[in-house]
Amino acid sequence: MRSSTVIARCAVSSLILAGILTGERPFAASHAHAQALPAPAAQVRVLIHNYAFHPATLRIAPGTTVTWVNQDDDVHTVMNADHGHLFSSKPLNTGQSFSHTFDAPGIYPYLCSVHPFMTGAIIVKAGA
Amino acid sequence: MRQAQHETNAETTPINTRRQALKCMLWAGSGVLWTVAGGVPRSSIIGSAQAADIPTTDFMFAQVSDSHIGFHAPANPDVKQTFRHAVRQVAALKGRASMLIHTGDVSHLGKDDELDTAQRILHDAGMDAHVIPGEHDMLLNHGQGFYRRFSPKDAEPLGAYTFDDHGVHFIALNNVSDFRPGGLGRLGAGQMAWLKADLQGRSASQPIVVLAHMPLWSVYPRWGWGTDESAELLAAFKPFGSVTVLNGHIHQVLQKVEGHVAFHTALSTAFPLPAPGDGPGPIPVKLPSAALAQALGTATVHVIGSDTGLAVVNQPLGA
Repeated sequence: MRSSTVIARCAVSSLILAGILTGERPFAASHAHAQALPAPAAQVRVLIHNYAFHPATLRIAPGTTVTWVNQDDDVHTVMNADHGHLFSSKPLNTGQSFSHTFDAPGIYPYLCSVHPFMTGAIIVKAGA
Repeated sequence: MRQAQHETNAETTPINTRRQALKCMLWAGSGVLWTVAGGVPRSSIIGSAQAADIPTTDFMFAQVSDSHIGFHAPANPDVKQTFRHAVRQVAALKGRASMLIHTGDVSHLGKDDELDTAQRILHDAGMDAHVIPGEHDMLLNHGQGFYRRFSPKDAEPLGAYTFDDHGVHFIALNNVSDFRPGGLGRLGAGQMAWLKADLQGRSASQPIVVLAHMPLWSVYPRWGWGTDESAELLAAFKPFGSVTVLNGHIHQVLQKVEGHVAFHTALSTAFPLPAPGDGPGPIPVKLPSAALAQALGTATVHVIGSDTGLAVVNQPLGA
């Protein structure tokens, strides 16, 4: 009796957590109802517009896929600014996009290699 | 250097009059004619009355910039045509001008077909062409396609090289290959050392012309319009009596003199950009295509001095 109560409580709290996570993401799938476990992999968009990343700083949970979409008439890129260059897009022309899935927690600064004044950061943290 | 004086800086709004359109289109489509007299280069816009009046001098060359072959947005749906037009203007100077300089962003995406097209068009000038890289030319394979076509085989690792013409020492730099986040153009330690070695022991009376794509002085750092090593560069050039720096990148004419060093930026042959700080970013300025066709090669330019004497803006005054 006691152990099944604990399990039920855990299940409820993960559902609540999943709901909060998806609710916080501007472009995430918003249908986190009870039978959706395990939750689908989260997707978030970053818009490239008027020579800036929107949002410039993004907090996500591990396993989230980020897609950058270029809405400018000019070409842009998305390049990890760390020496490892964990992710680096091809040149993105108008309307083109680039995706990367972030599995490991950490802070990932990035820039547009055509316009290095355009910078952003992805913060990957469990429970973000 | 916030160019409030630049009369055309409001062109992100719709253009109401032909006169306004003509003024604005002076930002794009034309080349710059350089004459060297007494070791001091002077500029005028090709096709202008001022250029036509220039007396014959020992040495004359042309500059075009930012042709962005491969760009297809509304600001200019036919960048090949406008580049051809500018090169034809240069070709008409054959016999007077002895070479053509392209200060970078030859291509928009650095693709082989874009670089090939640009190379073919440049060939039509019928004179030697020196082409330096812009950041768009470096987008694929670390710029290998650009280097293969335009850089001498014995160039410095980033494609920097020097040559001499009519007693003038030309230094072609690459400040678009080593960007840092939030940063400006950058030469990097290797290229700076290479440059200082080239200047070492050189006669201070020899005129020097420096070519680089991004401005070598701080025009507007918030949009990256400058170069990290500009203070170090100024110090390196200090002993020399005549140093002229020719840049592209910002698609408009700005000039500045600091000591014996004169800085100039050139027009684009493709599309204009807003004046520094005008708007959220360096967004290509859209114009009706009819205005482009009407305005090309019909302009005159007056040079006006600022109150401080530090900055000079070539201010377009219409056809």
